[in-house]
Amino acid sequence: MATDPLSTTFAALADPTRRAILARLAAGPATVTELAAPFAMSGPAVSKHLKVLERAGLIERGREAQWRPRRLQAAPLKEVAAWAEGYRRFWDASYERLDEYLRHLKDKEKNDGHDKDE
Amino acid sequence: MATTKTNKGNATVFTTPSDREIVATRVVDAPRRLVFEAWTNPEHVPHWMTGPEGWTMPVCEIDLRPGGAWHFVWRGADGAEMEMRGVYREVTPPERLVNTESWGGEWPDTLNTLVLTEEDGKTTMTSTVLYASKEARDGALGTGMKDGWAASNDRLDAYLRTMA
Repeated sequence: MATDPLSTTFAALADPTRRAILARLAAGPATVTELAAPFAMSGPAVSKHLKVLERAGLIERGREAQWRPRRLQAAPLKEVAAWAEGYRRFWDASYERLDEYLRHLKDKEKNDGHDKDE
Repeated sequence: MATTKTNKGNATVFTTPSDREIVATRVVDAPRRLVFEAWTNPEHVPHWMTGPEGWTMPVCEIDLRPGGAWHFVWRGADGAEMEMRGVYREVTPPERLVNTESWGGEWPDTLNTLVLTEEDGKTTMTSTVLYASKEARDGALGTGMKDGWAASNDRLDAYLRTMA
């Protein structure tokens, strides 16, 4: 199970249906039924996707409808912040690994005596 | 140009020069010939472009020529997969790489430009992600999404400013 929040965000964003749901919610709050409409998908299947998005902190459930927990509220600030943070951390982590890897490539080239041209 | 202070050490600097772009700038200690290789050779890419700890890149296909396709798949420790693909538009070793990027579905495609400049054996990598035209973006997202995305982009600008 992934515990790293970034990993959770990435796993949540990895699915095209969930990204489509986020795109829809960016336009305003929607009910589960409204969210399910564009997809050939059952309510429970959509709910499953929504749970993943909620766990990743990308969306929020509307508070006012606790007794009828079908109304979801996009949290665009949260969504965008999480997305931007994910983007930033993806490249920070990758670039750190790149530093290491380039060191390795430089050493290798030195030892191989420059047999590689462009 | 937003960056007046020098890019100290290994920090990645993120800026938003326009409402359609995100730019990441980073210096690495290697000549750009090697850096270009690391970005474009499928032997090298999966060794570093893997983001968060625990993720791997089991699929890395690169057809490095204008019009050639690329296809990356990342896999998380819990088995989640993330897939991206696109087409190279410009391939100019060792200084410039332009490609499209798509996650599929309704997520907006982007045009990515990598520019490498070298000084004293160090390379500055400037990576620009450009959202498609307003029309293309609205078309991809469906009508009615425009305002939501404009609002999100404003927030994104503000948020990215706080990160630099």
